[in-house]
Amino acid sequence: MRITKEEVEHVAKLARLKVTEDEKETYAGQLARVLEYMDKLKEVPTEDVAPTFHAVELKTPFREDVPGESLAPEETMSNAPEKDSDSFIVPRVI
Amino acid sequence: MEYEPVIGLEVHAQLLTETKLFCSCLTAFGAPPNTQTCPVCLGMPGVLPVANKKAVRYAIALGLATGCTISKTSLFARKNYFYPDLPKGYQISQYEVPICRRGFIDIDLEGEKKRIGITRIHMEDDAGKLIHDEENPVSRVDFNRTGVPLLEIVSEPDIRSPEEAVAYLRALRDILLYLGISDGNMEEGSFRCDANVSLRAAGEEKFGTRTELKNMNSFRHIQRALFYEIRRQRALLDAGEEVLQETRLWDEAKQATFGMRGKEEAQDYRYFPDPDLIPITVPDEWIEEIRESLPELPAAKRERFISVYSIPEYDAGVLTSSRALADYFEDAVKGSGEPKKVSNFIMSELMRELKRDERDISECPVTPAMLSELLVMVDQGKISGKIAKDVFEEMYRTGTKASEIVEKKGLAVERDEGALIALIEEILAENPDQVAQFKAGKTKVLGFFMGQLMKRTRGKADPRLSNELLREKLAE
Ligand SMILES: [Zn+2]
Repeated sequence: MRITKEEVEHVAKLARLKVTEDEKETYAGQLARVLEYMDKLKEVPTEDVAPTFHAVELKTPFREDVPGESLAPEETMSNAPEKDSDSFIVPRVI
Repeated sequence: MEYEPVIGLEVHAQLLTETKLFCSCLTAFGAPPNTQTCPVCLGMPGVLPVANKKAVRYAIALGLATGCTISKTSLFARKNYFYPDLPKGYQISQYEVPICRRGFIDIDLEGEKKRIGITRIHMEDDAGKLIHDEENPVSRVDFNRTGVPLLEIVSEPDIRSPEEAVAYLRALRDILLYLGISDGNMEEGSFRCDANVSLRAAGEEKFGTRTELKNMNSFRHIQRALFYEIRRQRALLDAGEEVLQETRLWDEAKQATFGMRGKEEAQDYRYFPDPDLIPITVPDEWIEEIRESLPELPAAKRERFISVYSIPEYDAGVLTSSRALADYFEDAVKGSGEPKKVSNFIMSELMRELKRDERDISECPVTPAMLSELLVMVDQGKISGKIAKDVFEEMYRTGTKASEIVEKKGLAVERDEGALIALIEEILAENPDQVAQFKAGKTKVLGFFMGQLMKRTRGKADPRLSNELLREKLAE
């Protein structure tokens, strides 16, 4: 399976990654190999196997609707590159 | 050319849980910014979300109330996109297997019933709130709402007019309120609606190109936005132009929808099952328990009110608009036994007072039993209907019982014949001209005498008795 340069650019854009021309070539090849591996998985006969939703078979754990501790705003925002007294600050989006 | 609008609605309803969908932060509206967050809802690496049992049970309740099939096993999926209000970089939603599928809501449009299909109901977590700065090109982000549980309710494209759309939304909102799982508050954003709209030539099977409308914050906005968008698309099609598939925002100030550019790339959400969350397996006993605990729903209650209490469809619609109001009505009827009279009094006097004070029925100072007592007093002729309205206003203002007010203010109907006769004689003596007119056959002046009598008794004279006595005295 071939991955085009445009597909690499599209995926990079969705992930907000900057990639150089050289890297586009490299990733196109690497992504193609990942998908080839998926093709290999397709060789396994699965007609009689129920779909697996999750790798671990567990009973669904649920949480009761009981409040717990939240973080203090200073802690919440401690890694923020830009903030004011109570909010994160980001470039305007609309 | 004749076109038929095709409308499908997506509603996001915030659930009334105390804590978020996957962490134990509070969901309360209006807290100071960024005080209700934790590593889970902020999407820090290495955290483990755990689903809120109540949110799942609420989703099942809505599914059962709208005739959906409940999925024994459903999955949480990641919907990936970047936006500053989304700290995780993905929204936890449900994609391939939602918790509820294929249901319906029956709507009623001026007596015409119509069934609107529900494609699916799924759970997802909400995003944060962006506040745009007025002066600088920046936005402030508050993550308190991040992770609050939502239900997304997706309708089939069965809706054919803005009126049907609003009727469907009202019915859905009523059901949510009856179930007590959402407060349906549109201003605070706990009930939000997006609409998919397209036109097709009358008789055509295939759907036309649709636009998605957003940013409608009230039923009125939704109706106006749909009207506008239908008109806009019709004009394009009539001019031989194409409708562009896009997201458009309703601008209430400009009364128009505007295309949102640059959104098309964001449609590539790359959904995949969330590896942090185990599939939800709903125990059979939950479904039975929830089914049994469902309250009587608005449509059923309306029908019952019409048949059991013999009140008009209009009254039944108003009285069942909220569960609390319906309960109030039923309790008041129990005490007075006159459904139509109770209904009239609630819909005129009581609702006027509540509306003026912007109060909910639950905050009404007059209890159903107090209203019953008042209406029974009217029924037994102890006070006149006119005075009952004044008494009610005082009850509403002070929370005092009707009997106490009537006694304290001396408002009971005057039935003392001696007292009435004395007053009548006084009136007749003071107005010899009118007496002469009556005797000359001008019986209309009887109304004048009654007016005088009512004035002197401050409206308390028993009308029938007074009439009799007046005629007797005038015949003498
Ligand atoms: Zn949290």
